[in-house]
Amino acid sequence: MKETKIKSKNLTLYYGAKMALNTISMDIPEKQVTALIGPSGCGKSTYLRTLNRMNDLIPGVKITGEVLVDEFNIYDKNVDSVNLRKKIGMVFQKSNPFAKSIFENVAYGPRINGMRDHKKLKEIVEVSLQRAAIWDEVKDRLHDSALGLSGGQQQRLCIARTLAVDPEIILMDEPASALDPLSTSKIEELIFQLKVNYTIIIVTHNMQQAARVSDNTAFFYLGELVEFGKTKKIFTGPDKKQTEDYITGRFG
Amino acid sequence: MGATGLSVILIIAVIIIMLVLIIIGGKDEISWKFLTTFPQEGMTKGGIFPAIYGTALMVIIMSVAAVPFGVITALYLTEYAKESSWIAKGVQFAVRTLSMVPSIIFGLFGLGFFIKFVGGGMDKLFSGGQLIWAQPNILWASLTMALLTLPVVIVSVEESIHAVPRDLREASLALGATKWQTIKKVVLPGARSGILTGTILAISRGAGEVAPILFTGAAYYLATLPHSLSDQFMSLGYHIYIMSTQSVNVDQTLPIQFATTLVLLLLTFTLNFVAVLIRSRLRRSH
Repeated sequence: MKETKIKSKNLTLYYGAKMALNTISMDIPEKQVTALIGPSGCGKSTYLRTLNRMNDLIPGVKITGEVLVDEFNIYDKNVDSVNLRKKIGMVFQKSNPFAKSIFENVAYGPRINGMRDHKKLKEIVEVSLQRAAIWDEVKDRLHDSALGLSGGQQQRLCIARTLAVDPEIILMDEPASALDPLSTSKIEELIFQLKVNYTIIIVTHNMQQAARVSDNTAFFYLGELVEFGKTKKIFTGPDKKQTEDYITGRFG
Repeated sequence: MGATGLSVILIIAVIIIMLVLIIIGGKDEISWKFLTTFPQEGMTKGGIFPAIYGTALMVIIMSVAAVPFGVITALYLTEYAKESSWIAKGVQFAVRTLSMVPSIIFGLFGLGFFIKFVGGGMDKLFSGGQLIWAQPNILWASLTMALLTLPVVIVSVEESIHAVPRDLREASLALGATKWQTIKKVVLPGARSGILTGTILAISRGAGEVAPILFTGAAYYLATLPHSLSDQFMSLGYHIYIMSTQSVNVDQTLPIQFATTLVLLLLTFTLNFVAVLIRSRLRRSH
């Protein structure tokens, strides 16, 4: 087992009076892919969004417990959620490039961090696009609008945009659910390459995808973490009957 | 054909009759000279240049005041205020009320507040009681008009800010942007066309209103163009009003009245049309 990158301890989350996460404790290892699976409304996306404090933005959310990133509680009151999000990037379900050029999309993060040096910016943009495996497709039209790209390209651009901020952790919220099979396999290949340098947590509805890309799998049900372990074990011989039923498609 | 069809035809007919009458009455008078010269011989001859100039200047000063203030208010309401907070509710109530106040009340308010209170105070402080600001002028008229058109700007900007997808804000925040950076770089650029629409609608409304500037700055006749904020000005709407009620010889000014009305109508129609175009483009892009 690699070292733990993220450790959540008794994490509980309420939307108003409704409990959405019930005392979730799990250790997410560094530089591996961890998949969060479970039926809709089970809390897996909510859990993902607690890891970069994206839930802070929703009124009526109350969180107790701890999330330690590198042994540091991100819910400590001294933590600046803005700085935290520079360290923990996020890729969303629906690709959401800005209505700007491809270049400006990737340069957005470095720019808001005060990067002015154009030569350096160009470098970062190129490296990020290469890491996101989209450089060859866009290098001749960096200054065209990002909205002209295909859905799969847009999603890889969004990944490049996230990489440009140089995060350590990347959260992915069903990044391929709106894409065709070819684009999906490109994203999966990309995830495989990225885990060498980044800790990746991915929410997915697609069992095969979880089995293909992840090292660890967490099964959520009704706001609880039912089972968490090596993906191989979860998919071949889970401890809990509920996990087995879900994976084999008996409910969900 | 039902009642709906009938009423549509009725409304269109009224508009067409109005337009035709105005065009027939004014078409002979309209010329380059008419648009670029001063009125002559007790307004029975000559052009309407000072009224066009005054209207344009007034709506520009009005926009400079109303647009930034409107955008800031809309931003506060959409991005910062909690929906349930009493301040937000109060502001929203005020905006709605403001849009229902009859325009003559704005005129009276402008007279009482800007001219008597603000202008009077300025004169006491800066010019030793000499009468400079405590009288009608283009600044007070424009500010009064800005108050009247403020709800138009606020509502239009609010609407376009709401239309900026949540995805994009989240993308920006997830990259480590602060709320203000997100507003500046994502929300406001996304709301650009709404801000533009609001401005144009406000201008179109402000260009045609007479009551708010009646006591606050519009002049019957001026031999020179306004060249300072403390000068009075002539305006198209007011010009029509005085020609048809206060003129020495109302009948003789009739063609000029029609022509001036035509100019004002063309101006507001064009502005409204542009606003509709921008708005429909905005709707489609989302």
